[in-house]
Amino acid sequence: MNEPDVFVVADNVLSPLGKTTAENFSKLKQNISGVKQQQDKAISPQPFYASLFDKGAAFIDIDQHKYTKFEQLLIASISDALQNGDVNAKDKKTVLIISSTKGNISLLETEKNNHDLQKRIALSTSSKLVAEYFGFVNQPIIISNACISGVLGIITGMRLLRSEQYETAVIAGADVISSFILSGFQSFQALSPQGCKPFDQSHDGLNLGEGAGTIILSTNKKYAENIKVKGGSVSNDANHISGPSRTGAELAYAIKQSLQDAALSPGDIDFISAHGTATVYNDEMEAKAIGLCGLQSVPLNSLKGYYGHTLGAAGLIESIISVQSLKAGLVLPTMGFKEIAANCPVNVTASLMPVKANHFLKTASGFGGCNAAVVFGK
Amino acid sequence: MLTENYITASCSISDGIVFKDSQQLFENKSAELSAFLLSVYQHFQLNYPKFYKMDNLSKLGWLAAGVLLKDGFNKDNYQPEEIGIVLANANSSLDDDLKYLETVKDGPSPSLFVYTLPNIVIGEISIRNKFKGEHAFFIQDAFDAAFIEKQVSYLLDKDILRACICGWVDVLEQDYKAVLFLVEKKKSENAVLFSAENMDAIYKKI
Repeated sequence: MNEPDVFVVADNVLSPLGKTTAENFSKLKQNISGVKQQQDKAISPQPFYASLFDKGAAFIDIDQHKYTKFEQLLIASISDALQNGDVNAKDKKTVLIISSTKGNISLLETEKNNHDLQKRIALSTSSKLVAEYFGFVNQPIIISNACISGVLGIITGMRLLRSEQYETAVIAGADVISSFILSGFQSFQALSPQGCKPFDQSHDGLNLGEGAGTIILSTNKKYAENIKVKGGSVSNDANHISGPSRTGAELAYAIKQSLQDAALSPGDIDFISAHGTATVYNDEMEAKAIGLCGLQSVPLNSLKGYYGHTLGAAGLIESIISVQSLKAGLVLPTMGFKEIAANCPVNVTASLMPVKANHFLKTASGFGGCNAAVVFGK
Repeated sequence: MLTENYITASCSISDGIVFKDSQQLFENKSAELSAFLLSVYQHFQLNYPKFYKMDNLSKLGWLAAGVLLKDGFNKDNYQPEEIGIVLANANSSLDDDLKYLETVKDGPSPSLFVYTLPNIVIGEISIRNKFKGEHAFFIQDAFDAAFIEKQVSYLLDKDILRACICGWVDVLEQDYKAVLFLVEKKKSENAVLFSAENMDAIYKKI
């Protein structure tokens, strides 16, 4: 049974670097990062490095008070993507998918805990508000699967379209950094005391980041010239809930399955957008997995040095930027990377690199032992 | 033609009662949730020290999976990558989020922070059973059997998985409910067809 191709129709990246995909890609080509030292006592008593929106920044013009910052980010990002793609949210063949790890969790820090607040925090409440704003007629799908949430959103959308349950999927992800999230990563000693350095000799932890991303996929043949989502896969380490696999075999399995799903071989992959959090454990596991797939010499970058780890948005933002790279034939550098870490035998890009590219691989991994891989191509 | 998929086992834990395949196996109505979960663990003699460090969401899901898989499921029939888990709930990890936040002022607890993600229960079930296949955690305001049926059927029908645990695991303070289904591609004794209607019927029984 032949499944329809899934095309990328439109997208948006909303980050401290810019409000559109084009603004973001332009900043990245100039090697400009959103990560800087932050002093915000509401988030942390000590200064910390992260990529955050300016305090009090406005994202949408109307109903400022009805929507939380998390919801405003989703609305602003989805609005821009819908406009770019001239996509009708109200069509009954269109579905909204929302990816987030912690959504409105920051409300717990400032509001009184009671039943109403618990309802307000629920991701289904946010999703309903966002869906109503645009008039989506189908019930939104919500994914909360740690740091693979964004990539899993794309894979879920791809499958819903392939099985012809819908024609168009609007996949949006966002996360907001508050004391809750920052203190947790601090307690894990996972944060770098400076700008993060993915795969570098001196990689010493991650930076957190805020952002939203939206990608619109469709099986409509009128988009047949567009970039395609060609395959995807998810796996579990079954090893440890907060530490990655020792061997990388499970992420390698997801990569191999996503290539098989895309009917491609490792030689067809022209560059890799890695998860690359810049923690020693993550980078080493990822490098092992990439080696197990025979992809160790393929140009690879991590965008965490520009955006920090944007959690549920990361897989979306990094996929969307990489689609721009694919179109422009330009693999972006890895901010923070100078010399390869001893246990990371992969081909990390240190500067902007022109390539003749047809396909790229995007990977992600997260707490709970989850791994995901997705392949985009021409 | 596609082969049909079957619910070969189910386990429900709610309101102080543990059911397997619609048979009541255990009851303890007097205890608060943590004590109830411990009593389930002890009753079924699931010897697994890691149980004690889990949050209530992971304990509930892990126990339901333990009862679901005991007596009858032979994981050696499958490769680790052929078994997956697709779960949903309404309250994400809010139960543990509240507990974690209480620790932030006096020194945030990494052991509570790690459970502030709903998919950790999938990780715990996977670690126990060495399941390495596809998985996903969805948030829904109520159990959407039709959606779960489509997600799991896709994975089985495309041969991405050969067996899948799916269902609902939700905890918030003293409110809780877990209903898990084991779905396989072969019919066994007492198996029912894997359908949204059959899942809903089992879900609503308790």
